[in-house]
Amino acid sequence: MGEAIAFYTLAAFILGFAVLVITTKDTVHSVLFLVLDFLFVAALYVMLNAPFLAAIQVLVYAGGIVVLYLFVVMLVNLKRLPEAFQDPNRHGRIGLILSVAVLLELAAIAALGVGSVAPVRTAARALPVTGNTEQVGWMLYTSYLIPFEIASMLLLVAMIGAIVLAKREL
Amino acid sequence: MIDGFVIPLLKIVIVLNATLVGVTYMVLLERKVIAWAQSRLGPMRVGPHGILQPIADAVKLMLKEDITPARADKWVFTVAPIISMVPALIVYAVIPFGPEVSLFGRQVTLYITDINVGLLYIVSVASVGVYGIILAGYASNSKFPLLASLRASAQLISYEVAVTLTLVSVVLMSGTLSMVGIVRAQESAHLWFAFAQPLAFGIFVIGSLAETNRAPFDLPEAEQELTGGFHTEYSGMRFALFFLAEYANMIVVSSVATTLFFGGWLRPFPNWAALSFLDFIPSWTWFLIKSFVFLYFFVWVRATLPRYRYDQLMRLGWKLLIPLAIANLVLTGIIRVALL
Repeated sequence: MGEAIAFYTLAAFILGFAVLVITTKDTVHSVLFLVLDFLFVAALYVMLNAPFLAAIQVLVYAGGIVVLYLFVVMLVNLKRLPEAFQDPNRHGRIGLILSVAVLLELAAIAALGVGSVAPVRTAARALPVTGNTEQVGWMLYTSYLIPFEIASMLLLVAMIGAIVLAKREL
Repeated sequence: MIDGFVIPLLKIVIVLNATLVGVTYMVLLERKVIAWAQSRLGPMRVGPHGILQPIADAVKLMLKEDITPARADKWVFTVAPIISMVPALIVYAVIPFGPEVSLFGRQVTLYITDINVGLLYIVSVASVGVYGIILAGYASNSKFPLLASLRASAQLISYEVAVTLTLVSVVLMSGTLSMVGIVRAQESAHLWFAFAQPLAFGIFVIGSLAETNRAPFDLPEAEQELTGGFHTEYSGMRFALFFLAEYANMIVVSSVATTLFFGGWLRPFPNWAALSFLDFIPSWTWFLIKSFVFLYFFVWVRATLPRYRYDQLMRLGWKLLIPLAIANLVLTGIIRVALL
């Protein structure tokens, strides 16, 4: 019962801040709401007994990536009013249709698919190590080794690409 | 009830108050030591040898007028000092001041909590603390603070990488992320990690000087070029909050250095029976002595070294410290695997 209350409170905050991120006119305020949103997601991880993920969420997203967002926002002049950005080619009708479709899809998933979610804890129990950090590490380097390596290759490619773009002569 | 709620609450109250008192006296220590380094006397008027100066300063700062610039982003301007203060204080939740001791017939641990991702918690909370400086600079709507906050964010992000890499080498040595576990690992290894990881320790010290915005890396608040930097527009108690946060961060960094590299609460040579007469000194005193040495070192560095130029700072961080930290990490990993 208590767990459910905590979950729905956190979920309400997460969704509320997510809405504020896209509705706030001031870009810096929007970035700040994004930080708050990430912090509440971290709180959700704590509630799910995943302290390692929570710490990484704060470190990488709230503390790292959003600082870079803020850096970019402050370097770029965004003093123009949002009305100036009104796109003449805006497709309001298609947007409406797409969002209704997504909503119907979500409703269908909620109505039909709930029973089929496999319990995750049984998989965690079979691991030879205890502790959240150790289990995450074990999974990454055994079952998910190839996705993990591919993700790091992607990051490496992105990094090299950024260097090539930024440096005039190599 | 008492074990689950009252005792943790008492510990939190004690640690927070001790920290804030420590911070105010850290300011006095800094003024005194720098004065002695420059053949001056330092504060002498309030109390004998200026011992009550911090109280006078606090009263003065609280009574000063609190000004918000007219064109400032009021909301962010108000929140920024709080954002820099809170992370500096909540880090103390995982700092182990001592092991379990019996106090009034009850087993009490001398740390607020021991989560098994303690070190990661410290790093992540510290990374959120950066926002205080960045937002203060942005919200002031003024040239100097904005320049300072851009400098600060670049500096903090750069040095965070090097510092975090050195922490990973320590974690490789100890095999745990828990702060208590790291001290226990040093006890069972019969070795303070500063001697096993001298390079990591050196990089950690340099990096933490930069992360706490201390001289010689105090570019975000360079008085001569930026008229005080990110806090130019702040006055009164809000200004004081930034300084409290800076000194609280110094104490955090010293505590982390003590825990990770100098055996935390352990006395020197904890496994030599010949030195066991030292056990009459309580464990938390060792912790405080070691941390004090670091704090003194911070002040000493400020009195000795001139400020770095911005390009020198970036070169040092990216071209020297980070490659060295990565090399040290790889070497530590190879040695660990070879020894196992």
